[in-house]
Amino acid sequence: MTDSAASFDIDVSGGVLKLIPSGDWRGRFLGGLDDALRDFADDSVGRDLIIDMSGVKRLDTVGAMMLQRTMHSCTNRTKASQFSSASEAHAALLAQVENHLAPCHVEPVQGNAFIAVVRRLGKGVVDAYFASLEVMSFIGLTLSSAGRVLANPKKMRWTSTVWHMEEAGLNAMPIVSLMSFLIGAVVAYMGAKILRMFNADIFTVELVGISVLREFGVLLSAILVAGRSGSAFTAQIGSMKLREEIDAMRVLGLDPIETLVLPRVIALVIMLPVLAFVAAVVGVVGGGLVAATAMDISPALFVARFQEVIVINHFWAGLIKAPFFAFVIAIIGCFQGMEVEGSAESLGQRTTLSVVQALFLVIVIDAFFAMFYLEIDF
Amino acid sequence: MTEAKENASHVIEVEGLKTQFGDFVVHDNLDLNVRSGEIIGVVGGSGTGKSVLMRAIIGLKRPSAGKVRIFGEDYYEASDREREAIEQRWGVLFQGGALFSSLTVAQNVMAPIREHLNLPQELAKDIAALKISMSGLPEEAGAKYPSELSGGMSKRAGLARALALDPEIVFLDEPTAGLDPIGAAKFDELIVNLKESLGLTVFMVTHDLDTLHATCDRVAVLAEKRVIACGPLDEVRRTDHPWIQEYFAGPRGRAALDAKAG
Repeated sequence: MTDSAASFDIDVSGGVLKLIPSGDWRGRFLGGLDDALRDFADDSVGRDLIIDMSGVKRLDTVGAMMLQRTMHSCTNRTKASQFSSASEAHAALLAQVENHLAPCHVEPVQGNAFIAVVRRLGKGVVDAYFASLEVMSFIGLTLSSAGRVLANPKKMRWTSTVWHMEEAGLNAMPIVSLMSFLIGAVVAYMGAKILRMFNADIFTVELVGISVLREFGVLLSAILVAGRSGSAFTAQIGSMKLREEIDAMRVLGLDPIETLVLPRVIALVIMLPVLAFVAAVVGVVGGGLVAATAMDISPALFVARFQEVIVINHFWAGLIKAPFFAFVIAIIGCFQGMEVEGSAESLGQRTTLSVVQALFLVIVIDAFFAMFYLEIDF
Repeated sequence: MTEAKENASHVIEVEGLKTQFGDFVVHDNLDLNVRSGEIIGVVGGSGTGKSVLMRAIIGLKRPSAGKVRIFGEDYYEASDREREAIEQRWGVLFQGGALFSSLTVAQNVMAPIREHLNLPQELAKDIAALKISMSGLPEEAGAKYPSELSGGMSKRAGLARALALDPEIVFLDEPTAGLDPIGAAKFDELIVNLKESLGLTVFMVTHDLDTLHATCDRVAVLAEKRVIACGPLDEVRRTDHPWIQEYFAGPRGRAALDAKAG
């Protein structure tokens, strides 16, 4: 490119103010001239101006806009102010941009920062209140449609339910087992170290048995399923919502709760106890393996002690919680999916929310169960 | 730079293009030239690969055979630096606008400016305002998020972004689809107006007969995996091919012609 770089001269010799731009006036070369041109315009407000275009080799909308902006901000648009010697193409470009010089806002207007913080806090509280009401009504909606399906079992979507059982349950089996095995082993190691100080190695069996059966098995499964399937539910239903598939179902007379939510809820309620059961078994095995290798508790001794001291209550205490966790995870996942609106960003937010809320509620429910069991001495 | 290699009149040259998805061949031995400064309309039935052709030209769908040259350069063979240079010389309006949903309209328009041009923030804002206004959007649209826009406004915002870098070629994928007739007519007018004042070359994929009549200098018809006719509308209309005859002589084709004559 042989065009000289963009520049401008100012000439006041003839009594009129003359701006003489020259060179390649295309946007990419004009970054350095912007401030100088603004200063020039500020200094010459109210004066007549002639912009001599004869030196301009190339011009694009950016260059034209900057020249027009200068012309408009410093002159009163009297007859003496004008562009001179512009080629036909340049004149057309200058004319084209002339009507489009008004600035626009880049972002929505932000108010006072303090008020914004207070407003955000208030909005958060109010939103949380209404969100909890909506979750309640969503639970009611799901239960009532479950009732309808129960009254008319033909409406049950078996294919979908079984598919979700496979996807959320069976496919989660390896990772749940692995995690549970490792946690069982870790608990046994911890116990072994401390209990040995009291010469009470054998209590490792109680430690592993009670903690894994009552808490870790079911809790780990729930956490993994919330991360794996709760988020998937939100993403699936949410993207269907974005593509108006949910609306299409409604107008076709298909109840989205019945077709989308119920199969997922039922699938999780069935499969999470299964996962929790497997997790409990594998966790105990993990603990037993550590007991055998790191301590002198042989598998036979482990099993004998296990049968002696671990009553079946511990097992039930853990497993009973699983359907409740499953229900909460599935409901929150589906509910957040239904709340997706507008953009891909909303989908992302809702998916995050779904996992966070599901985990939070799982832990809260677990705490309630712990208190409840304590009270009834279970 | 590239000027020497560039055929003076052809900014896009497609030669023997073949594209396919797996075994399904979309185009086979397709030729098309686009001249500098013209508005070319690509028409064809659903599934004839109009949008795929556009995607092949703008570097989103690698052809399995044949050459696509834009400004005399083969995009798929070009180095990263050459590609970047090419990308700054075209603008693309996707069917749904394809605005970035996390940015406001003005930020969308500023995105390519920030990326490619080293300009002060204030100037970038002025440029965004200019393009938004030139695309026929009201000032307050700049601060809106794409989810708050109507279909027509999204298309205009998409056009504003496509024009951000003062491209030489603008690709439009069904620019008037989904717009009401008044909005569509205004969009046609806008495109012709911008082409005249900015000297744009416009590559337009469209179904809209009124748009063809109102804007296009030449029309390329896609059928049987290639371009079966290419030329001024009146010429193409006389081509003896069943699809072309049905397309232009059908009730809608005649209505559009009447509208132009009347």
